[in-house]
Amino acid sequence: MSVVLMQHALFLAMVLFALGTIGVLMRRNLIVMLMSVEIMLNAAGLAFIAAGSRWGQADGQVMFILILALAAAEVAVGLALILRLYQRLGTLDADAADKMRG
Amino acid sequence: MLSLLAFIPAFPLLGFAILFVTAGLLPKRWITTIGVGSVGISAFLALIVMFAFLGAPQPYTKVVWTWIAVSSFTPHIGFYLDALSGLMMLVITFVSFLIHLYSAEFMSTDEGYNRYFAYMNLFVASMLVLVLADNLLFLYLGWEGVGLCSYLLIGFWYRDPANGLAARKAFIVTRVGDTAMAIGLFVLLTNLGTLDIQPLMQQAVVHWPVGSALPIAAAALLLGGALGKSAQLPLQTWLPDAMAGPTPVSALIHAATMVTAGVYLIARTHVLYDLAPPVQTAVAVIGALTLLLAGFSALNQTDLKRILAYSTISQIGYMFLALGVGAWSAAIFHFMTHAFFKALLFLSAGVVVQRLGEEHDIFRMGGLRERLPLAFWSFLIGSISLAALPLIDAGFYSKDLILWEAWSDGALGPWLWSAGLIGALLTAIYIFRAVFVVFFGPVGLEPSGPTGWRVAIPLVVLSALALVGGFVEIPPYLGNVPAFSRLMQSALPTPPAMATAGSSSELMLSAIAALVAILGVGIAYISFRRRPAFLEALVQSPASLALQHFWETDWGFDWLYDRALVRPFLWISRIDQGDVIDRFYGGLASLSRVAYRQLSESETGRVRRYAAGITAGSVVLIAILVFA
Repeated sequence: MSVVLMQHALFLAMVLFALGTIGVLMRRNLIVMLMSVEIMLNAAGLAFIAAGSRWGQADGQVMFILILALAAAEVAVGLALILRLYQRLGTLDADAADKMRG
Repeated sequence: MLSLLAFIPAFPLLGFAILFVTAGLLPKRWITTIGVGSVGISAFLALIVMFAFLGAPQPYTKVVWTWIAVSSFTPHIGFYLDALSGLMMLVITFVSFLIHLYSAEFMSTDEGYNRYFAYMNLFVASMLVLVLADNLLFLYLGWEGVGLCSYLLIGFWYRDPANGLAARKAFIVTRVGDTAMAIGLFVLLTNLGTLDIQPLMQQAVVHWPVGSALPIAAAALLLGGALGKSAQLPLQTWLPDAMAGPTPVSALIHAATMVTAGVYLIARTHVLYDLAPPVQTAVAVIGALTLLLAGFSALNQTDLKRILAYSTISQIGYMFLALGVGAWSAAIFHFMTHAFFKALLFLSAGVVVQRLGEEHDIFRMGGLRERLPLAFWSFLIGSISLAALPLIDAGFYSKDLILWEAWSDGALGPWLWSAGLIGALLTAIYIFRAVFVVFFGPVGLEPSGPTGWRVAIPLVVLSALALVGGFVEIPPYLGNVPAFSRLMQSALPTPPAMATAGSSSELMLSAIAALVAILGVGIAYISFRRRPAFLEALVQSPASLALQHFWETDWGFDWLYDRALVRPFLWISRIDQGDVIDRFYGGLASLSRVAYRQLSESETGRVRRYAAGITAGSVVLIAILVFA
């Protein structure tokens, strides 16, 4: 089993995080935006794991489990909101929900 | 007993507080009870205190607490009772009580009933503070308090913009005088180190020689305040317009009490005027001029209340004339009788005006003698007293005293006396013009509605006082009852004329004054009852009409002030609207407006934009943290 270098893992996490951010900013579909947020969360989790393995500490894995629980809760709330929005607007387009403009 | 003194202003103040806080939520009977009752209690207490005082006429000071304490400057909430303030207090509380009782019926259908009594109670409290204050700062508090109530009550019917304008005019014109008075107080405080009236007067005598600059400045500045408040030349223009308020207000504030505050102020600080002979002469001359000018103006008014307003200005002119010749107690005597007969005239005029459906024009009235007998007799008695017909009325004794003491005042005396005499002739003519036009001749408008007991009682009581109120001071040739001036001696110095009282010249001057008054009534009878053809022709000539218009518009004072002060001020303020400072602040305002527009543009309501903003912000922050 070859050792994975921390730099590689962090680079992968950065790429995933950037992809997730781009997904949130570029896509209009609410479901895809939610998925992109999940990717960002997992990227953060990956960075924790990599750091934990580099210094041989359990903290990284603890944080990853916290992030998993957080992501599950976020998805539950996020999906409920998306469902309500869909019932209200009849579309999943995020830009249609712009009633709060100043 | 004397320690009850502090409660006399407290009760009307309490009444005001209750009425003000409840704001008309109380039942009407309660409002009446509180509004009239508080002043009634105050009048009763004033009577008790005066009885106690007359037993041993020593000045009495009641300090309630220290108002302000700044090193050596410690004005108190303190009350000072002597013959002068005691008499003022007694007259004010009694006339106020009668007028409040009258108002309970007169204003009963007005929607602002509660507001009216709240203001009136506040006025009585302020007026009592004014006359009873033991230091000039506390007096000034009362002085401004009555000014405020005057403003509020002139503009009482605030839905008509004209009333609001009249109220503002009264407030602003008197403010001119009040500013002078405030500066006068500063002069006194910085030079003598105290504002407590009695120590101040003693200090003034010790430190200031007669005729030196400081007492002249102080006396002149205080005189400015008195001129504004008492509507004397050149600040008299506000009083005729002040008639926009309800008639009982005109009776109480703009005839009997507040407008005589200037007279009280000068009498209270008479030591300063003794130290400043030029200012004292100015007081006499201003009084003489005012009484003449206002007399001519009164002669040409067609509004019943404006006739009485000019008459008030004219009568206060007599008081200033008396003050100017050092006849302090005569001025206060005339204040007392004037309070009685002028309040009576206003209240009976109020009955006439209200019963005719708010008609003010005397030439639309007529023949009311049989239709409104109570108002007729009251108005007639008030007119007799105002015109100072001999022997039977109060006005005769006070005006006679003033004329006699004016005559005795050195070189200027005969001139002042002549002015007073011409004024007396005018007084008799203008007031009996009103009597003959309103109550005699063909019937004009028909009165409607009843007159209740709460209106009748004040009229009857004031009629009695307007007749017998002068018997406390009867000249030597008629029986010699100097009760009033003897009482006043404890507070005010005796005028020089008293030394020669009882001489035959006094009797002769009195006879002349009496004849002039009777002559005035005769002229009024011929001019306005008989109306002979040659007089009609004279009156209708163009020159005469122009003169009448000139007099009716108060000798062009309003016109002059409008041209000389109001318009230049408005012009300057208009061209000054865009100056550098305004530009600066205007620029700030428009800058923030532009920024607001830009920022609100950014708030699109789109979630992705916000997310992009958050991302960009995070990137910038992290960049700062990492690279800085």
